[in-house]
Amino acid sequence: MMQAELTKPSLASPEHPVEISGSQAVLEAFIAEGVDTIFGYPGGAIMPIYDALYDYHDRLKHILVRHEQGGIHAGQGYARSSGRTGVVFATSGPGATNLVTGLADALIDSTPLVCITGQVFAHLLGTDAFQETDIINITTPVTKWNYQVTDATEIPQVLAKAFFIASTGRPGPVLIDIAKNAQLQKFSYTGYTKCDHIRSYRPKPIVRKSYIEEAAALINEAKKPFVIFGQGVILGRAEEEFKAFIEKAGLPAAWTILGLSALPTNHPQNVGMLGMHGNYGPNVLTNECDVLIAVGMRFDDRVTGRLDKYAKQAKLIHLDIDPAEIDKNVKSTVPVWGDCKETLPLLTALVHEKKHTDWLNTFHNYAREEHEIVIDQELHPASGEITMGEVVEALNELTNGDAIIVTDVGQHQMVACRYAKFNESKSNITSGGLGTMGFALPAAIGAKFGAPHREVVAIIGDGGFQMTLQELGTIMQAQVSVKMLILNNRFLGMVRQWQQLFHDKRYSFVDIQSPDYVQLVKAYGLEGNSVDDRKNLKEALQKMLDSKDSYLLEVMVGKEDNVFPMVPQGCSVSEIRLK
Amino acid sequence: MKQEYTITVYTENQVGLLNRIAIIFSRRKINIESLNVSPSEAEGIHRFTIVINEFEEVVRKLCRQIERQVEVLKAYFNTGDEIVWQELALYKVPTDEVAEKLQVERLLREFGARAVVIRKDYTIFETTGHREETDKLLAVLAPYGLIEFVRSARVAIIKASNGFHEKLKEFEAVEPASELIENEFLNKQAEVFSM
Ligand SMILES: Cc1ncc(C[n+]2csc(CCOP(=O)(O)OP(=O)(O)O)c2C)c(N)n1
Repeated sequence: MMQAELTKPSLASPEHPVEISGSQAVLEAFIAEGVDTIFGYPGGAIMPIYDALYDYHDRLKHILVRHEQGGIHAGQGYARSSGRTGVVFATSGPGATNLVTGLADALIDSTPLVCITGQVFAHLLGTDAFQETDIINITTPVTKWNYQVTDATEIPQVLAKAFFIASTGRPGPVLIDIAKNAQLQKFSYTGYTKCDHIRSYRPKPIVRKSYIEEAAALINEAKKPFVIFGQGVILGRAEEEFKAFIEKAGLPAAWTILGLSALPTNHPQNVGMLGMHGNYGPNVLTNECDVLIAVGMRFDDRVTGRLDKYAKQAKLIHLDIDPAEIDKNVKSTVPVWGDCKETLPLLTALVHEKKHTDWLNTFHNYAREEHEIVIDQELHPASGEITMGEVVEALNELTNGDAIIVTDVGQHQMVACRYAKFNESKSNITSGGLGTMGFALPAAIGAKFGAPHREVVAIIGDGGFQMTLQELGTIMQAQVSVKMLILNNRFLGMVRQWQQLFHDKRYSFVDIQSPDYVQLVKAYGLEGNSVDDRKNLKEALQKMLDSKDSYLLEVMVGKEDNVFPMVPQGCSVSEIRLK
Repeated sequence: MKQEYTITVYTENQVGLLNRIAIIFSRRKINIESLNVSPSEAEGIHRFTIVINEFEEVVRKLCRQIERQVEVLKAYFNTGDEIVWQELALYKVPTDEVAEKLQVERLLREFGARAVVIRKDYTIFETTGHREETDKLLAVLAPYGLIEFVRSARVAIIKASNGFHEKLKEFEAVEPASELIENEFLNKQAEVFSM
């Protein structure tokens, strides 16, 4: 080997160590882990890493965001559209604390992230130094794992651990806080070894055959079996295995909003959405099925409604990789603890081929009723203001269900999830567990980097857009193509709906004004348009989709429209209201 | 019914883990009655002993949340009859008071106490036992000008446990033994629940 090559960190080995800095070690770890994009924002305590990055710009793309919250949501969007780990940089103090919302969001929605924060010099820890904050303790409740590095020699192993923990088992965010001295410190680097084992961490349970057999027996005996699935199917990359399972056993399947897109929306056994604003049949029939098969979902209260009246008649088979989820909210009859990529095929092998036609028809009957009372009017109103549903429906027609749809939080989110069509997995990106307004715009930026060949449409409320609109600057500078569809009802719609229904229409501080969005994006050099007339809607959407660059379309929608059906808080899923 | 449970947690020896475990309780507004952290029988492995008053269902879920932490190897929970436990107490009293008015010998015998320090100005007694026992001695000494009193956290040995050495070996293996997937709730599934 030539002498020059020996100094390349990527060629370092225990026999041929190479002297590098802690900062370089971080970037070498990224390259070894296959990272291609970093979302970040620099500052004093992370400057050595940014200085090292200067020499890596040909191998690592860095996207300069406008706020660290935007950075971490972009990391989440990247992870959700690509199925890979998102990587985020922030400086110490305020940079680090700005990550907290995104960490909480990523933890509850099981999104793999590795966040690197700069920290003050180790000798200054605990002295209230400039921009020192105890980010390890602040983020402990909102990270799967976190660790503070004060010595550069630890960096390769710690980063290997970080990537392993973030992406395996039930994925989640990891934060590594690196003191400035460790970033600067030179040490003898012996190469990077990926981590595949931590003795106290068992990401992959061994599947117990006996539970598979018991589960299969229950399914085979069932008259009215019902599958409910969540993001576990997507995170486990088990979409095909899942489809094979429900197809063989003829099972109707409904999704949580994080499970959406794991099964194509037009699949004949896809019966729709669960939960508070889910479909009529799936909610009501949860309380009528005899065997409930939950796959990679965690019985969030927005899905179950009142727990003591939830599926009491049913035997429950719960497939999950996280043992803490089994029996947490709903007691299982048969717990199938494991990776659904493994457990589903085992189950498929044992279940009998069936059709359950009558049972499936029961769902269709409920769907018909829901169409008559709610959906038809929502999707095809003859007159009046534009509805959110018709915008989503028009978008379906134009994209054929091939776009990635990123939603913010509120009424538009529920409407988009209810009506958007998806052919491909990893296409619905939304903040489900935390319900973080301001998520969509930065997440859409990340989603585009994670899936550059796909169309990314962010559907956002007028409230949520104003929470993180600084990221328009990121869009401008990174020249990333994101279609922004603002559904403007001139209200904080979802809160207004609750005030109308449950607080005697006392509209307390939900009346929100907007800037001229078209002018606003113009200031960022982007094109935009606003429509309030039904007859211009499709054309406007088409123009948005045709645009090569980012584009903002504002659609003025019904001011006081409500999202129905609805399971009012504290009610059982069978008490779902159609109006 | 709420009752006293002793939770035993085997962990890596890692800065910050105490906080990670403590917040599992505080987040749910559960008060920790007693907490002890010490090395365990297995090298490099720490042992947390945590006492709380809760429903079995809650304790079971807490243990799963604890086990979910990356650096936790195992969490067990036990009722009082499944463990042998002790707490240690120290009592500081004025020497002249006690020598004059108390039959110290009797005291030592009756309460299994020990005098750890005897000085002109004060004496320190020590006793080990259950809460009621250490409380009894406290009641006896209180009238004689008790200067200071402190009781340690509970330490407990699980009667049925074979220790952690063997377990640890399994954890260290890259291919885990099926023993390892032993999970107390999965094992108790014999009685099939209906929801
Ligand atoms: C950060 C944050 N703050 C507050 C809320 C509470 N919240 C939920 S929905 C909603 C209204 C959203 O309004 P808008 O963005 O206009 O969307 P719409 O419901 O009108 O579609 C609010 C305030 C939240 N989810 N997130």
